[in-house]
Order: sequence, then structure tokens, then C-alpha cells
Amino acid sequence: MGSQGGFGQSKEFLDLVKSIGEARSKSEEDRIILREIETLKRRIVEPDIPKRKMKEYIIRLVYVEMLGHDASFGYIHAVKMTHDDNLLLKRTGYLAVTLFLNEDHDLIILIVNTIQKDLKSDNYLVVCAALNAVCRLINEETIPAVLPQVVELLGHQKEAVRKKAIMALHRFYQKSPSSVSHLISNFRKKLCDNDPGVMGATLCPLFDLITIDVKSFKDLVVSFVSILKQVTERRLPKSYDYHQMPAPFIQIKLLKILALLGNGDKHASGQMYTVIGDLMRKCDASTNIGNAVLYECICCVSSIYPNTKLLEAAAEIISKFLKSDNHNLKYMGIDALGRLIKINPDVAEQHQLAVIDCLEDPDDTLKRKTFELLHKMTKSSNVEVIVNRMIDYMISVNDFHYKTEIASRCVELAEQYAPSNHWFILTMNKVFEHAGDLVDIKVAHNLMRLIAEGFGEDDDAADSQLRSSAVESYLRIVTEPKLPSAFLQVICWVLGEYGTADGNYSASYITGKICDVAEAYSSDETVKAYAITALMKIYAFEIAAGRKLDILTEFQSLIEELAASHSTDLQQRAYELQAVVCLDAHAVECIMPSDASCEDIEIDITLPFLNSYVQQSLQNGAQPYIPEDARTGALSVSSFSNQEHRETSSHGLKFEAYEMPKPPVPSRPPPVSISTDLVPVPEPSYSRETHVSPPVLSASSSGSSELKLRLDGVQKKWGRPTYSSSPTSSSGVSPSPANGASKVEPAAPSTSRPRETYKDSKKAEVDPEKQKLAASLFGGASKSEKRASSTSHKASKGSSHSTGTSSVSKSSVPSTSEVKSPPQPLPDLLDLGEPTVSTIVPSADPFMQLEGLLDHDESGSTGSNAALDSTAKVPDIVSLYSELQVSGHDSSSTISPLSSNGSNNKNLKRTVSGGSPQGMKGPNLKEALEKDALVRQMGVNPTTQNPNLFKDLFG
Amino acid sequence: MIKAVMVMNTQGKPRLAKFYDYQPVEKQQELIRSVFTVLSSRAENVSNFMEAESIFGPDSRLVYKHYATLYFVFVFDSSENELAMLDLIQVFVETLDKCFKNVCELDIVFNYSKMQTVLDEIIFGGQVLETSSTEVMKAVEEISKLEAASNAITLVPAKYASGWNRR
Repeated sequence: MGSQGGFGQSKEFLDLVKSIGEARSKSEEDRIILREIETLKRRIVEPDIPKRKMKEYIIRLVYVEMLGHDASFGYIHAVKMTHDDNLLLKRTGYLAVTLFLNEDHDLIILIVNTIQKDLKSDNYLVVCAALNAVCRLINEETIPAVLPQVVELLGHQKEAVRKKAIMALHRFYQKSPSSVSHLISNFRKKLCDNDPGVMGATLCPLFDLITIDVKSFKDLVVSFVSILKQVTERRLPKSYDYHQMPAPFIQIKLLKILALLGNGDKHASGQMYTVIGDLMRKCDASTNIGNAVLYECICCVSSIYPNTKLLEAAAEIISKFLKSDNHNLKYMGIDALGRLIKINPDVAEQHQLAVIDCLEDPDDTLKRKTFELLHKMTKSSNVEVIVNRMIDYMISVNDFHYKTEIASRCVELAEQYAPSNHWFILTMNKVFEHAGDLVDIKVAHNLMRLIAEGFGEDDDAADSQLRSSAVESYLRIVTEPKLPSAFLQVICWVLGEYGTADGNYSASYITGKICDVAEAYSSDETVKAYAITALMKIYAFEIAAGRKLDILTEFQSLIEELAASHSTDLQQRAYELQAVVCLDAHAVECIMPSDASCEDIEIDITLPFLNSYVQQSLQNGAQPYIPEDARTGALSVSSFSNQEHRETSSHGLKFEAYEMPKPPVPSRPPPVSISTDLVPVPEPSYSRETHVSPPVLSASSSGSSELKLRLDGVQKKWGRPTYSSSPTSSSGVSPSPANGASKVEPAAPSTSRPRETYKDSKKAEVDPEKQKLAASLFGGASKSEKRASSTSHKASKGSSHSTGTSSVSKSSVPSTSEVKSPPQPLPDLLDLGEPTVSTIVPSADPFMQLEGLLDHDESGSTGSNAALDSTAKVPDIVSLYSELQVSGHDSSSTISPLSSNGSNNKNLKRTVSGGSPQGMKGPNLKEALEKDALVRQMGVNPTTQNPNLFKDLFG
Repeated sequence: MIKAVMVMNTQGKPRLAKFYDYQPVEKQQELIRSVFTVLSSRAENVSNFMEAESIFGPDSRLVYKHYATLYFVFVFDSSENELAMLDLIQVFVETLDKCFKNVCELDIVFNYSKMQTVLDEIIFGGQVLETSSTEVMKAVEEISKLEAASNAITLVPAKYASGWNRR
């Protein structure tokens, strides 16, 4: 009955497999499987099913689940099957439960008991099956239930059991290191097991243990070395040979362990040199596995304490890998090169052309690996070429995950090694243009900061030149369709801040552009907010400069539209803009000082200038302020009447009519106010109030109007020494005494010569394009060399080596110092993410600053500043104001910066997070499947005859 | 550690999917699909390695090998050697071949549990347990023998399978 199909399975199952194979579409397949599930559901609960029939049902369930359908109704039957005495059924049951259940499933509890029993079984196959299930199904809580038995099995007579017991213990260690911490000595013991398979299996947990704690295993170095020696000398049984290699997998594992143990340990490394050297010499490089061992040797050599001989051998192997036609080997070669250049950056030079070939290879994996390598070997001399290449590739890539990665790499490299600010801005523009929605919004803020702060030196001319070039480039880019939101924000901000600064462009031209942006990206509120703030700045600068405003019609309509916007943030900005436009020059000058984005906004949350006023009010019988926490605390304990009393006295909902204003406030003699004429304030009493203590206020306002750059406490990462500096100087190159050149290009004079000769010799057969690229990528001083030769004498290249080098060294000195000097004083661009955010962001974020400045004049700066500073304080301020009986209008303007700031942040977040899922579109798999299904003729085969799987294997 | 072993045919139908970290069924299907999408788009003469971080998360590599109608895919982390994994696929396939005498896709479909047994002898809990295909064969044969002894049902004798192939 069960063997009707001739496969030990029933005809039903055969038919199922066949019909699924013939299914023409995914939906047809789904229908078939759903029918099968119905059948199984019915059958599996029938009483008295023969055991072998049941076994088949379970296998069918596994099959159904592999095709992606829910088979949970049958889990319990699989669990039941593990109880069976019959080995075949038991194994099937275990197989099914390990595939069906995870370690936290409810049914596990039913299995633990069976596992315990089976671990004690006489039949070693039952034990093995149970151990297999242990690995998969035992979680942290159930480990103690089986641990004793598993430990016991370490001494089992069958090596297969010992092996699996070790693996099970390893699994326990991975799940809960503390549960087996007392058993670590067992792993050490098992290393001496007389079965090589057990020893090999022990290397897995030891590798994990050593990764975590190297020190306590240093004593094993000798053992590992001797094992490796024995393996390479073919002391293991022949059955461990693989493609004529003695136990290569064990060799690889040992090399990995030695790499960990020898890392930074001269003594331990010394013990390994001989065996690794022998291995590298003897290893057969004609097979894949031989190359795997060789690659592992290189990894090991580059990890342990450097040994010149081994490094040379490694470099030789790498060059073989790179020259190979096999893509796998090229890939490994690139990877190995990446490891080796950490120790010796010069290695890369001899392989420059091979690397460039890999860069142009059609294989994406190889290309990406090569970019990884380039990323590792970037220095300030080749950053331009590398980043440009990366950007080109980034534009061509569709995979969003990788696009994000490579974009962030470009940003990282550009921030770290940028030769000039101008280049940095251009590079950033490109990155933003093509991957703006994928990069962190902080990068945009950094860019704005850089443009605003410039070189951080007193070189105003250079700063303004930088800004004009930024403005110029943005005006060009802004007309392109579909720019990412983050980039538009930068563009709007820069145009608003510096668009009219150099006088090249009229205000109406710039505002026109900004209006276009706001119109074109009308669905993006953040961009619109940036745009409207930019417009406000431009008009403010115009008014302050005394020029007549040239209001465009599209501007008018934009403002009208935004004033009616659903977003309160946009509404507020629109109204503020309308208000600013109506002010006179002096007032505007104070609200919107030109080029003031780098100023600090000083915040004094204690509001000391109010002290005298509060004092006065208290004297006049006002209720003292109760902090909010005290208030709520009082509420919870006090009686109801008390509460009522408090409510009326402090703040809260009032059910009675408002009292008359207290007499002292309006009757106060108006103090000598310097700034009452700044803003036409509707309530004169209020403006007087805010200026009750002029000295304090003027101090804080002068602090904010003073032009002061926040550079203290900001680390300078620009132009920091690259990794290449220390290794080269240690490898015997004397650092050049020229200004800073030794730091950036230490190898310039010494390495240029061999490279030059190499190039000369190669010149004949290599594409000059490629060579140029190679030179710019690899040559420490090639750039300066090129410059020198093009500017001065071209003959220097062809001349004898001595003159060649001398001219190179001469020319490299000025150019490197030129490269070096600008980056040094640059402010740190990466610091925004650090805890200083709250203090730095206000000076970087144009919105916040704008709001701060506006409120500064309207409400005496302190309210808004306090609001900016901390959310928690705001309710207090509100209550304070309500105590002071300021009208609702004022208190709302106090909160506004915070609320707009909050919504703004939300917007930013949304735009950042919204970018990636949108683009997750790949080729349609279903279509592919349908198309492929059409091709199929019968069963699971694409053609009627069965193709031989192994034609490439065994000829 | 090895994270997953997958065998799928050139139409993208899974023939074996084993995840050493538990993945829910839907997630498994999604992973298989995305792996297949990338695999099917790769050219013939490129490397056997693939960028897998976008599919399997950080620190994951993927090695695949294409045999006739099947893709064998291993996913693992940085503690394994890519070239060695490629050879482990070879070991796996060699063992299957010894098991089924000229293995083909059909053998794998109909002897799902045997393939699992073979895999369990090679990879155990995500670690490489045994790399010698003779040793694996020995273990598998012993299991089959004992299973046969303990039950009347035999696993599919390889000669029938190959006989079916020729039909």
C-alpha cells in the first residue's frame, strides 16, 4: 500500500509532489497545498492510523511547511511521534519537531521528558537524534534538565556521540554562557580525544571561548601548534583527507584560533611562525580548499605579531590570487589585501592594476569588496579619486541597503579627508542629489554648519567665497527635478542665509527660486518650512539693507496658502513672515541679523531678571509659585477643599470670572526701555514688564548678538593622522620635516621612486587611463607629482631616478602643506551625534535660531530660550506667566518655539524613515516563477529527461 | 556559525531549508525568495559569494553553488571561511551523490528526510561537525541499516531512484 509509488511513499504523496511541480503559478501551487492541508487535517486525527502511514503524514506536513504554509495543526502529532519506540519513527518525529518548533514553543515541555529518556538510551542512534533535538529545542530554562546527561555523554564510547555532545554543550554556551561556565575544562580535555573528529569538533567551542577571553587560553598555543603540525604532516587517518589535503577544515579552524591567540602577543606568535611558514610553502594552491587554507594563513599572518618573512609570503600569495581568473580567488585576494595593508600599506601598490581590474569587473560582489578595500586605504592624497568612484558606483546601484552603506562611506571619507571645503561641498551635493533620502539627516546639518562656520578661522574672504560657490552650485542644482528632501532643506537654508550675501543675485531671483521649490515639493512640509524661513531671511536682509522689497506674486500666493495650512508650524512661519515684512529696518536688523547663524543663543533657565518683579508681586500679596511636582504631590494627599483652594490660588481651570488685574502692574512707572521701539507691541504694559531689569536683559542679549563661534569642546577630526602614518614610519621611512607633510604622506619621497619605475616598465602594455587612475589611487605623492610635472617641467618624469625623486620630494612639500593646512582648523563635523547635541543644535538649526531670535524681541528672549532648553520647564513658565496675568497671546508665543521645534523634528524623522521602505521594489518574483512554471514539462524537472547533477563534478 | 542551509531549484522552489536560528515560516519564505531573486540575476562566470547583509542582517555572508537544476546556498557569519564553505557545499553534494548514486533533484524531493540526515551529520547546531564525506556516509549508512532493522519500511533504495530517472 505504502509503496505504490515505488519510492516508499504512497501514491498520494508522489502525486502531490508531481502536481506541485507542474503548477503553473504560485496561486495554483497554493491551492494544491491548501487541499493537501485539508486532507491531512482530516486524516491525521483518524483513529488507529498505521505507524508508517503516520510517518508519511508527518513528512508531508514538513513538506507543506517548507513551501510556506502553516502546518501547526500537526505539531502535536510530531511530538507524539518522538515518544515512539521505533527508531525510524522516533527519528522522523525528532526531525519534524526540530523543523517545526522553536525553543520557546509551548509543546517543548512535552518533549523535554522524552529527550531526557532518550539521552540515556542504549542505542546510540537514539542518543544522537535526541542530541540533535537538544541543540535546537532546549532553551535557557530547560538546560539544567538535560545538562547532566549531556556531560555524561562526553565520555560515550561512540565518537559520533561524543562529537555531538560537545556541540550540544557549545550550543548551551551560546544560549547561556553561565549555565556551562563550570564545564569549560571539558572542552580542553576533549581536545586530547583520540578521535580526530571529536578533536575537530572541540575547536568550534574553543574558538568561541577564545574570541571572548584570549588570556586564559594562552597556554594552549603549544597544543594548537602541535596539532596543526601533526595535521600538516598527515598524521591523521586518510579518511580525513579532502582533495589530497589533510583535514583542511581542521587546519582552517586551527589557523583561526591561532590568529586570535597570536594577536598582539609577540611570544605566542613566535611559536607559530615555523608551522605557518611551512604550511604556506607546502600548501597546494591548485585546489579550492588549498586556497582556502592559504587565505586563512594570510588572515592569521596579518593578525599575529608581524613577521617580515611571513608577510612577504602572504603578499606573494595575494598576488597569485589577484592574478587568477577565478573570481572567487580574486575576491579572496582583495579581502586578504585589505587585511595586509593594515600592517603594511605599501603592499597595495604592487597590485594597483589588479585592484582596478576588480573595480571594473561585472561581478557586483567583487566590486563591492574592492570598494571596501579602497575605503580602507583612503588617505588625503587619494580621497578625491576614491570618493568620486564610489559616488559613480552609488548612482548605478539599485539595492537600497548597499546604496545607503556606500553613501555613508562617502560621507565618512569626505568628512575625514576632504582636501578642501569647496570639494567637500561639491561631493556632499552629489551624495545628497543621488542618495539624499538614505543618508542621515545629521549629515545635512553638518553640511549647513560647515558652510555657516566656514574655516573657523578669521579668513572672511575665503568663507564668503566658499559660500558664494555653494550658493552658485545650489542655484544650478535646484532646478533639477525630484531632489531628496534632506538636500532641499540644505539648499533652502543656504540660499536663505547666503543667497544675497555676495550681491551677485538679486533678492527677487533667489526668492523666486525658493518659491519654486516650495511649490514643486508641496507635499513635503519640512521643505516648505525651510523654504519659508529662507524667504523670511532674504526679505529681512533686504529690509535691513534699506532696499525696497520686490514682492513676487508667487510669494504672495505661497504665503496665503501656508497661512491656511493644516500644519500649525507652517502657519506660524507664514504669519511671522508677514509680520516681519511689515517692520522697519531697525527692528528687522535686530530680529534677523545677517550672517548670524553661528551665534550662540545663551540660555539662563533661572530667569534672574524676573526676580525683582516676582519679589514685587509677592510683596503686593501675590501667591508664591509652587513647582509643579510639589503641586501634584500636594494634590494627592490634600483634602478636596484644600485642593479647590489651591486650584483657585495657583493655576488650573478657573470656573469663576477672571479677577481684575492687580493694580501694581499697570501702574508701574515705565522704566527706561531701550528696545520698546523695536517691535510695535500691542500691549505696552507687557513690554514694560519684560524689561523690569534692563541690566540683566542687556547682558543676555549682548551675549547673543556678539559674534562668537562655538569651537570650544569640539574635537577636531579633520586632517587627523591616518593609519598609514605610523606603520610606514615604523617600517623605516624617515618622516619628512616639511610642514605637516610627514603626517599625511609619510612615504611620499621614498615610495615614489619604485612606483615610478614600476609604472615605467608597465607603461607599454597598460591602458593609460587605468594607469592614471592607479597612480591617483595608490600613489602617496602621485597627485603632487602630477601637479609638479604638469606645472613645471614634464621632463622630470622621464629623467633619471635621482633627479626624479628630488623633484618629487621638492614639489610634494608645498603641495602637501597646501593640502594639509585647510583641513586642520575645520570644525568637527561628526560631533553632532554626541551628547553635546542640545547645545550645538540650536546654533545649527535655522528654525530654532529663528524662533529664538523672534521671541527674543517679543518676549524678552528668556521665555523662548528656556523653552528651547527643556521641555519640562515649559509648563512652569506658562503657569508663571498666567500668574503674572499676561494675556494668552504672549504665553502662546512662548510655547511656540518648542512646539514648532517638536513638530519639525518629527518631520525630519519621518522623512528619514520614510525613504527606505518606499523603494523596496525588486524584480517581480511571482512573474519569474510563473514564467518558469510554463517551461516545466513534468514533475519537478525542467525537461523530460533528468539532468545529471554532477556533470561538472565527476565529468 | 552557519546560519542557514538552503537548497532550491532554478525555478526558486525550495527543496530544503534549514535555519539554525529559529525563523518563523513566513520569514523563511521571504528569505528564500529574496535569496533566489538575487541568485537568479547573477551571471554565470562570477564569484560564488554574494552580499547577504541586506537579506540576513549584519555579519552574514552567503556562498552558493549551482549544480544542474539546483542551487545550494550556505549562509554564515564571519567566523567561517568563505572558500571552505564552498567546499563544504561540495562535501554535502558529494555525500548526497554517494547516497543516491548520481543524485538528481528528484532524489532530493522524495528523500527529504534522508537529505536532512546527511545534513545533520555535516552541520550540527550551526557548527561544522564533520567534513569527511566518507565518515558522513558511514554514519548515514549505519543509521539506515539500524532503521531498516528496526522497521519493515526501508528508505528508498538508490537503485530504484536511478532506475526511475532513466524511465
